[in-house]
Amino acid sequence: MALKIVKGSIDRMFDKNLQDLVRGIRNHKEDEAKYISTCIDEIKQELKQDNIAVKANAVCKLTYLQMLGYDVSWAAFNIVEVMSSSKFTYKRIGYLAASQCFHESTDVIMLTTNQIRKDLSSPNQYDTGVALTGLSCFVTPDLARDLANDIMTLMSHTKPYIRKKAVLIMYKVFLKYPESLRPAFPRLKEKLEDPDPGVQSAAVNVICELARRNPKNYLSLAPLFFKLMTSSTNNWVLIKIIKLFGALTPLEPRLGKKLIEPLTNLIHRKIHIFSSHKMLCSQSHLIVSLSRIAVLISLSSGMPNHSASIQVMKYLGLLAMSKILKTHPKSVQSHKDLILQCLDDKDESIRLRALDLLYGMVSKKNLMEIVKKLMLHVDKAEGTTYRDELLTKIIDICSQSNYQYITNFEWYISILVELTRLEGTRHGHLIASQMLDVAIRVRAIRVFAVAQMATLLDNAHLLTGNMQRMGICEVLYAAAWICGEFSEHLENPMQTLEAMLRPKVATLPGHIQAVYVQNAAKLFATVLKNQEGNTDSTAAQETSQLMIDRLPLFVQSANLEVQERASCILQLVKYIQKLQQKDVEVAEEVCALFAGELNPVAPKAQKKVPVPEGLDLDAWINEPPSESESEDEQPKAIFAKEEPKHSRPRHTEVDEKELARRREARKQEQANNPFYIKASPSSQKAYQEAPGVEHIPVVQIDLSVPLKVPGLPMSDQYVKLEEERRQKERADKKKKEKKKRKEKRSGRGRKHDSGPESEEDITPAHMVDIVTEEMPEVHRSCLNITMNLKGNARTNMISAKKSSKHKKKKQKKEKEEKEKKKKKKHHHHHHHSDGGGEESVQNGTVEEEEPLPVSVYDIQGNLQDGSQVVVSVIFENKCDSFLKSMEFNVLDSLNSKLQRPEGSGPHDGLTVPFQLPPGVSNEARFVFTVQSIVMPQKLKGTLTFIVKDSSTHEKLDFKLHFTCTSYLITTPCYSDAFAKLLESGDLKCSSVRLEGVIMPFHHLLARICFHHHFSVVERIDSCASMYSRSIQGHHVCLLVKTSGQTVSIDAKCDEPTLLGNVLDEIKQTFSQC
Amino acid sequence: MIKAILIFNNHGKPRLSKFYEHYNEDTEQQIIRETFHLVSKRDENVCNFLEGGMLIGGSDYKLIYRHYATLYFVFCVDSSESELGILDLIQVKVFVETLDKCFENVCELDLIFHVDKVHNILAEMVMGGMVLETNMNEIITQVDAQNKMEKSEAGIAGAPARAVSAVKNMNLPEMPRNINIGDISIKVPNLPSFK
Repeated sequence: MALKIVKGSIDRMFDKNLQDLVRGIRNHKEDEAKYISTCIDEIKQELKQDNIAVKANAVCKLTYLQMLGYDVSWAAFNIVEVMSSSKFTYKRIGYLAASQCFHESTDVIMLTTNQIRKDLSSPNQYDTGVALTGLSCFVTPDLARDLANDIMTLMSHTKPYIRKKAVLIMYKVFLKYPESLRPAFPRLKEKLEDPDPGVQSAAVNVICELARRNPKNYLSLAPLFFKLMTSSTNNWVLIKIIKLFGALTPLEPRLGKKLIEPLTNLIHRKIHIFSSHKMLCSQSHLIVSLSRIAVLISLSSGMPNHSASIQVMKYLGLLAMSKILKTHPKSVQSHKDLILQCLDDKDESIRLRALDLLYGMVSKKNLMEIVKKLMLHVDKAEGTTYRDELLTKIIDICSQSNYQYITNFEWYISILVELTRLEGTRHGHLIASQMLDVAIRVRAIRVFAVAQMATLLDNAHLLTGNMQRMGICEVLYAAAWICGEFSEHLENPMQTLEAMLRPKVATLPGHIQAVYVQNAAKLFATVLKNQEGNTDSTAAQETSQLMIDRLPLFVQSANLEVQERASCILQLVKYIQKLQQKDVEVAEEVCALFAGELNPVAPKAQKKVPVPEGLDLDAWINEPPSESESEDEQPKAIFAKEEPKHSRPRHTEVDEKELARRREARKQEQANNPFYIKASPSSQKAYQEAPGVEHIPVVQIDLSVPLKVPGLPMSDQYVKLEEERRQKERADKKKKEKKKRKEKRSGRGRKHDSGPESEEDITPAHMVDIVTEEMPEVHRSCLNITMNLKGNARTNMISAKKSSKHKKKKQKKEKEEKEKKKKKKHHHHHHHSDGGGEESVQNGTVEEEEPLPVSVYDIQGNLQDGSQVVVSVIFENKCDSFLKSMEFNVLDSLNSKLQRPEGSGPHDGLTVPFQLPPGVSNEARFVFTVQSIVMPQKLKGTLTFIVKDSSTHEKLDFKLHFTCTSYLITTPCYSDAFAKLLESGDLKCSSVRLEGVIMPFHHLLARICFHHHFSVVERIDSCASMYSRSIQGHHVCLLVKTSGQTVSIDAKCDEPTLLGNVLDEIKQTFSQC
Repeated sequence: MIKAILIFNNHGKPRLSKFYEHYNEDTEQQIIRETFHLVSKRDENVCNFLEGGMLIGGSDYKLIYRHYATLYFVFCVDSSESELGILDLIQVKVFVETLDKCFENVCELDLIFHVDKVHNILAEMVMGGMVLETNMNEIITQVDAQNKMEKSEAGIAGAPARAVSAVKNMNLPEMPRNINIGDISIKVPNLPSFK
């Protein structure tokens, strides 16, 4: 027998093993692919043999080939075979191969469950270890579910080697199978105090990762970690714990103070703790100053031993600073020079970090200085990527929050012009859009801008010199447009006109030529006007001739747009020339073609167009769709608002019923049809109720468990929102008068809109008139639209704008009235503001279907006084791109309104006063005015924002849920006052029974107190009286009795509706648990 | 979490790739190429951090790398890992030194021919993207124990195979001369931070 084995292995020793394979590949440098394909053929042969050793050898070689980029998934089954070998040697090879190439969609994975289970319970610790290691790489939800219990048992294995692996892999299991977290958690907690440092470290590791996702749940572990931090000597564990505290301190501010002392000790002991410590910086001033010292040390002196480590420290210092900057900008700003120095660093990582910091540091005072320094660097920088980065940063810095820091726009224009001289930049488009933006929005700058642009056009050959780099010639697009549109400011329009009609222009990209042609026509009009004024008709005719000579060049263009515009204008000019020859004055009429001012139109401008009298947007234009039509097409049919003539009053009542009937029938049909793929419950619901448009699919989630729910496709949301807004508008009209009397507002909340720091004391060097009313809504993308839509569209847009202005004025008046009333009422409820505790109203998480931006909302409500609710929203940027220009908007209901700054319309969004770098969260507060508090309500809203990388507009829908409970304020009440209150007889009575409540009575009371803001007045055995008070002064009294699993609540309140709703909410709280 | 661990040489040839998240083979190769491209153009005396490339997930991720003689050791990690901690993990404390101990003065060739062993060592250090053990002695103990087990399993049957591979490997030191001139400088003679 033994002889046979030896013989077998002698045969085998001439098989190719891994080393031979590697050697072979190295020997076949020339035809590597061919060699490998023969090897793969050999491997396939080897895999067919029965000898497990041969198979293992083959799998081992496959693992190597996988690293080189060869797909080896075809051997998945053989890998499983090798995994299930009884010998550790082969098992290890098998598991390694599996961990390298198995993933969730590998179908043979389900065959492994039993094998893995067997290995996990193997008496040999290394069998178990190798199985755990492998599993950690390819665990699937199914495996996690099936093996969770086995792994949990291993967590208390006798061998620390197994324990630490089991603890660590639990994190992966939690990820794939979240239900396992609850039962496993106590044991995990136990492992924090395991005698073996390795196990301890693994447990810390796992809890840190968990806490990163949801820190709230781990606050209770803080004391334990505190103990660990002071006792542990393992740096790795210390770093993790400090990271964990970094996540916890925002939730529990007292922690920050407690941590100062041990942290200081640690920093003195070990410098590299400092890198994690930056997470904490934001928490307290003391820590900030502390870390600043550390930052300074690292930046200026560095570590003495090695130059690379200085760089490491510099990098980490800058990273820490950017964290501090978010909370304490002042303290970082004082290090401006230091940071500017870092721009000179030879290390690109450090330079980019420093650039990032600068963005947050600019103010009106230092903007010019900083940009000047940056411009110097632009000149010096070699390597286009870094230069491009600099360029975008300069523009970002200048244009941030609507050019807030620019005091002199002439300066900015010249910076932009200077930037065009950069060779080979990709960001011509960016510069162009900035030029357009500034020229359009800053009136006073136009003369200067036009002059600069004319020079640019004149020297166009400099920009287009190297045609390969098309980037920069985008600038000409802006230059041509600005010169054309504001041609009245041109000093020498004729010269510019000629520059625009040079033959060389034909080499530019099509869209730029198109703009050239159009704007040449505008210039032509201006030139004519000037020349006719001079009573020299020949000059005017010469100009026409010039146009007629040059335009045919464009008529021949390959670009359709250019062709079309050119031939149009050519015919026009020919006609003009004819008239000129008859000595007709044409300049006036030609100018009229381009009369009027173009205004930037916000994407939301359509909203401001009032719905014409007598137009019912909800009435069917055509017959309701037939049964075969899919449900989601209906909103589109409604949306055909461009044809208002077709709409006529209909018997909507009948339609509604008919529709409901059909819908029912269709649902039935779908349910019975096995081939119909049913949508997930949430989206199905949304679709089915789409015509009602009451339900935008936003999912409400309990605060403690964030979920991600994919939204509907964008277009649908737009349709729905639009429709809903209209419905509301109509409702508003009807009830406007009522509202006027009742509504109150205050100026609170407006303050939030002001910028991060105001420096009004600096008088701008150059006074510019900024078109403020349109400012927050102007976006680059709309510029193109404006320009392309000229002609007809021009008048439309102006009218749209006028009407919106009109509206605004009206609104303002209304508001002023309201405000007066408000002030009176304000006093009355003032004392409440102290008692109003923070409470969660709702927490929603929305994930966009697109891969790019994901934002998470934690919405918290805060009660202030009689008619106001403050909602704090935490915006967290979960995507990888910078988010800016965020606007928060809520569709007002009759009852609740978002307080907007004076002068804005009822549908305007509030600008969120910050931008969000990736991974950052920040909180904004919004004030809502609430009229009646007796009913719970849900407000729908949207958040629009611009993703910086793609500069597209994105939006997120969310829902704010104001429960009646959130209007209650915990107010203590003495038993005698309580008794009097009950005796007074003013209160209406109601009661509710809760069945099957299995919890101690004091827990039940605590729950009511916590969730519904009651306070216990008196408690006798299993009976308690509770009291709370609403922000508008309604008394709510409860008598809670329990017997067995039944809880009965008798309640009294002076407002029956409120009481009913509160009771419903209490009921709901207990049904959830 | 650690997203990936890559080792490649000065020419971008992968010597070890361990991804803790699934990518298909083509993407993996692309990631390796991109990472090599990013890392290799950096000077020697600059910091060891790089904000992640496009492929390996956006700005939350960082590349932390070390360059030893002919090899780059690159860890791709997210923000929950401490930059210095990982740097330590690669260098002074754990990874390279463990390799050094296990291979007795490690050089690129060891990694080329024994990629499976490197994987086994790595598995004792990082598991499923999380750091398992930072104590070098502990790692070496476990790796040795497993190797011993392997040897005892091979037993008498393994002897001839070992003999053959020993014969084959005798040529190893000469190999670079025969095949690849570029690899002559692979020995890591004096790592400044070792020991």
